[in-house]
Amino acid sequence: MPHLLRAEGISLGYDQTPIIENLDLEVIPGAITVIVGANASGKSTLLKGLSRLIKPDAGQVTLGGRNIAALPGKTVATIVGLLPQQPVAPDGITVADLIGRGRYPHQGWFRQWSSTDDEIVAAAMTATNTHELARRRLEDLSGGQRQRVWIAMALAQDPEILLLDEPTTFLDVTHQIEVLDLLLERNRVRGTTVVMVLHDLNLAARYADHLVVMCAGRIVANGTPAETLTAEIVQHAFDLEARIVPDPVCGAPMVVPIGRFHGRVPTAHTEAVNRSRKGLKLG
Amino acid sequence: MKFSAQKADAAPRAVPSLAAVHAGRSRRNRSVMLVLVGALVVVAAFNLAVGAYSLSVPDLLRTLTGQGTQSENFIVLSLRLPRLTLALLVGVAFALSGALFQTVLRNPLASPDIIGVTGGASAAAVFGMLILGFGAVATSLAAFAGAIIVACAIYLLARRGGVVGYRFVLIGVGIAFMVQGLLGYLLSRANLNDAQGALLWLVGSVSGARWQDTAVVAVVLLVLLPVIRALSSRLRALQLGDDLATSLGVGAEGTRLILLVIAVALAATATAAVGPLAFVAFVAAPIARRIVGTGGLALLPAALVGALITTVADFTAQHLLPGQLELPAGIITGAIGAPYLLWLLASSNKTGKGA
Repeated sequence: MPHLLRAEGISLGYDQTPIIENLDLEVIPGAITVIVGANASGKSTLLKGLSRLIKPDAGQVTLGGRNIAALPGKTVATIVGLLPQQPVAPDGITVADLIGRGRYPHQGWFRQWSSTDDEIVAAAMTATNTHELARRRLEDLSGGQRQRVWIAMALAQDPEILLLDEPTTFLDVTHQIEVLDLLLERNRVRGTTVVMVLHDLNLAARYADHLVVMCAGRIVANGTPAETLTAEIVQHAFDLEARIVPDPVCGAPMVVPIGRFHGRVPTAHTEAVNRSRKGLKLG
Repeated sequence: MKFSAQKADAAPRAVPSLAAVHAGRSRRNRSVMLVLVGALVVVAAFNLAVGAYSLSVPDLLRTLTGQGTQSENFIVLSLRLPRLTLALLVGVAFALSGALFQTVLRNPLASPDIIGVTGGASAAAVFGMLILGFGAVATSLAAFAGAIIVACAIYLLARRGGVVGYRFVLIGVGIAFMVQGLLGYLLSRANLNDAQGALLWLVGSVSGARWQDTAVVAVVLLVLLPVIRALSSRLRALQLGDDLATSLGVGAEGTRLILLVIAVALAATATAAVGPLAFVAFVAAPIARRIVGTGGLALLPAALVGALITTVADFTAQHLLPGQLELPAGIITGAIGAPYLLWLLASSNKTGKGA
């Protein structure tokens, strides 16, 4: 029986500055939910609220029907895991050591490191292809390798619901796809519920079963990518004019942004700019 | 057990290499520990055997097993052994205190001697000695109280919306300066004889070790070592930052507070016993981590390095300096620690870590 993670009328903020007010969200078990929105729309804050990193000023987050703040930390940690946007690690830590620390919630006073821990860590390394890196030091790795190691640590925690804050930031497009494929595989093979914040709308539409569009601390659209990624909603949430076409690879909606200079009826100003650009190229 | 499906298919190929990694790491840890313990035994033997009356190794062993002559018994068991034991124990206490501070606050500068905790102990002790006319025991108690008061002050001032490492360190450095000022005031007002005694205490020395000092430090260590051991996995989670620690089920703020309390208790106890042995807390853990080199906590190696530093420093201060002059051990530890501090400040600016 999967645990249901819900935000019930939560208000979240830092130092009395409200960022999210009276928000409701039910995380769909077994699905990949992607949260998108403009900068400062409250995406990361929502993720932190869902993973009890910040306490709601009003409302509550419930896990399996019980207030998450009232549940023991370790119990929650075996069900919900969060990979922050920029996690920190001690100097000189090796990859194997770091990934192993994900097992913390499964250990206790009387249950130290076991063969089960070994197996799950090994499985996490296999899934993320980090085996060859096991003895290396984290700081010696490339950005893409490092991100795979952090995800391996989150997988070693073995949560039912995995929250990730912009897991593809700072990665080139190849490594973005690699990371997202890895999470998709985890979701499809193991049924791990994935909730992540992404910036790239097209990748979000491709990988999400369920898309949550945020704007100014509120959810403005919530549903399948086809339902939520419309030109009107993109205009509203991102203040961006765009055309939506089917992704030629998988048919998901694809957002093609329209700037000031492309795909519009030309104005005298854009004409002039385009002319000078052509002149530059020819000259 | 959930997720047994994947375990089955991933395990056979993967486990051996992981086991090899573990084995490699523990081999390295074991050899490091072996070397440190070996070095400690040698240094301890030197401390016990060498002096105005030197013993050969067989003589020393005979004396330690209770078959020495009366004068050997007196020199080794009554004079040198208490001093060695105290040096070992305060080395461990200072080293663990520094390791905990530095790890919890994620800052290599965050050690009790830099952020004014031992300074607070010194000021209180000197105040007790010079103004209130305290004896040895009362001075120790005053030192303990001084460390606790300074630590509480730093914690409360740095607390605003969660304790952040660099803020804690900066406030601590500020308080350390205030305490230095207070010390200077106290010393300048005292008469020369009293000031001399206070100065000796301020440098830190294990000479004149009394068994009751040693016993207090030993008891505190006996109580706190298992607690530290039990908390070490939480500390490992806390090293990954507050967000990840919380996500792993560790209450960051509470864990930090408990560990800081332990670290303060260790520094306060050690300072109360021998005075502020400069820089032992500051350098022990970084040296240990460099030797172990796995990026782990390395608390046990740090404790051994701390003990090694204090015993070597005491031996050097007693026997290795020219001109028959016997110095307090704190002079030697200060001479080791100061260059490290300079190096740390110079190199951490380059990488943008440090303070």
